[in-house]
Amino acid sequence: MSDKILVIAETKEGELRNVSFEAIAAARKIKPDGEIVGVVCADDDLENLAQELIYYGADRAVTVKHEKLKSYTSEGFGQAVLAVIDQESPDGIVMGHTSVGKDLSPKLASKLDTGLISDAVDIDVDGDQPVFTRPIYSGKAFEKKVITSGLPFVTIRPNNIAALERDDSLTGDISSVDVDIKDLRTIVKDVVRKTTEGVDLSEAKVVVAGGRGVKSADGFKPLYELADVLGGAVGASRGACDADYCDYSLQIGQTGKVVTPDLYIAVGISGAIQHLAGMSNSKVIVAINKDAEANIFNIADYGIVGDLFEVVPMLIEEFKKVAVS
Amino acid sequence: MNIYVLLKKTFDTEEKIVVSNGAIEEDGAEFIINPYDEYAVEEAIKQRDEHGGEVTVVTIGDEDSEKQLRTALAMGADKAVLINTEEDLEEGDQFTTAKILEAFFEDKEVDLILAGNVAIDEASGQVGPRVAELLDIPYVTTITSLSIDGDTVNIEKDVEGDVEVIETKLPVLVTCQQGLNEPRYPSLPGIMKAKKKPLDELELDDLDIDEDDVEPKTETVDVFLPPEKEAGRVLEGELQDQVQELVTLLKDEAKVL
Repeated sequence: MSDKILVIAETKEGELRNVSFEAIAAARKIKPDGEIVGVVCADDDLENLAQELIYYGADRAVTVKHEKLKSYTSEGFGQAVLAVIDQESPDGIVMGHTSVGKDLSPKLASKLDTGLISDAVDIDVDGDQPVFTRPIYSGKAFEKKVITSGLPFVTIRPNNIAALERDDSLTGDISSVDVDIKDLRTIVKDVVRKTTEGVDLSEAKVVVAGGRGVKSADGFKPLYELADVLGGAVGASRGACDADYCDYSLQIGQTGKVVTPDLYIAVGISGAIQHLAGMSNSKVIVAINKDAEANIFNIADYGIVGDLFEVVPMLIEEFKKVAVS
Repeated sequence: MNIYVLLKKTFDTEEKIVVSNGAIEEDGAEFIINPYDEYAVEEAIKQRDEHGGEVTVVTIGDEDSEKQLRTALAMGADKAVLINTEEDLEEGDQFTTAKILEAFFEDKEVDLILAGNVAIDEASGQVGPRVAELLDIPYVTTITSLSIDGDTVNIEKDVEGDVEVIETKLPVLVTCQQGLNEPRYPSLPGIMKAKKKPLDELELDDLDIDEDDVEPKTETVDVFLPPEKEAGRVLEGELQDQVQELVTLLKDEAKVL
């Protein structure tokens, strides 16, 4: 019998997050010949989501539907996923290293009495043993880790392990698991949306980040426009957040978010070591800064020394031309 | 209220990382309280000042960890506990840490446990939720606001930038996110007082823990630095030309458009 890996998928506003598809690809790396079972929990409309997991490479999918799964709580989703784990007895578990993944995975690992590798960016296999690479010290170094006791359980960082090609000719069984969710000790009473619609900063392929050089909350407006043209998200340095130009939810750095987009455009950011920790592993880095000596130019692939208030509007126009052509 | 803070010492955020023999070189490095744990210490003090009770700061570490505990005491915590594993454990992981803390809390009356949402060194974020699970109390991670009324706890939780408003009950474990508060600096009188505050040192024997019970479930097989990035190209010429060149480079050379 082949090994079975559960992929705990995650939804946001009714849609599957891209990291869930990446998790399927990660499961395939861990067990190339294994059976991948996608798991999705919600309060309704699960068939389509389950089907989508199969199109992205899951061999079959299991759904858990319950009214108490409307919003994520560690207890509600913990009980749901544990019921699936009970039924499936998996040989490994993969999920995204997202707000939900970070919250839920340690609970599951503790219940299952197993090790857990958080925030993996790469997976190799040494014989039969999966070896996980993960950043430490905010990306200033990396470690390779293995699980020595219990089943391989890993959360993967978004944007690092490529999802498999979607193929809607793929088919697989979809089944459901009934679960009796006990009273929850924590309840979500409200969700206040502070992020801009659309692109999620941690999953964005393009990030446009502003620093103190942006000078004001108003100064961020062109950055939003640039991000919009590129289908990206806006981030910020700690300096910009401390100065109240934008919300802390946008902060990238040692404290704040760690992002690894394909393209990172640092605008008016000097490049303090704490900021670099949050973005230095981006694939391509562009720096725009008035100060030619700014540290950010040391790690940028391309730099423009100039006034951001001139450069950014020009960039918007140029990118628009590319988008049209 | 019995308030506990789980604290870890970490490298100063300014430290350059050096790897030798497959491990991070710690000699000579400056250590600080993990920045997210500072929010936890601050919040614990604020909650105690509002509701009464006592703040105990707990760390697992070596004799050098006393420095960070004294800092927390100087900020205003009442008591500190150092669980010194230097003699007993060669390796440990998040499972190890959580099991030791479970044993520590076994005979304690706990109302509130605070921790950082992640440590900036190993950055797993596992210990808080694992401890809550072992103690069978609810937990809420990455909180940015905490108010307690009787045994009802109202929390705002950061969810990748959005805010969830959560209600739960004591006892509870929370992990702290930036934005929760502004940690105070220890005052001079605070530093003087901290020298006299109780700091207990425990070893695994004192907690009736056998090394085998806390054997890690993961192993680090290698540590390495990311490849050195070559300095990039700073473009030249008229600004408008630079902008055009940049877009062409991103499209044709870097192929990210």
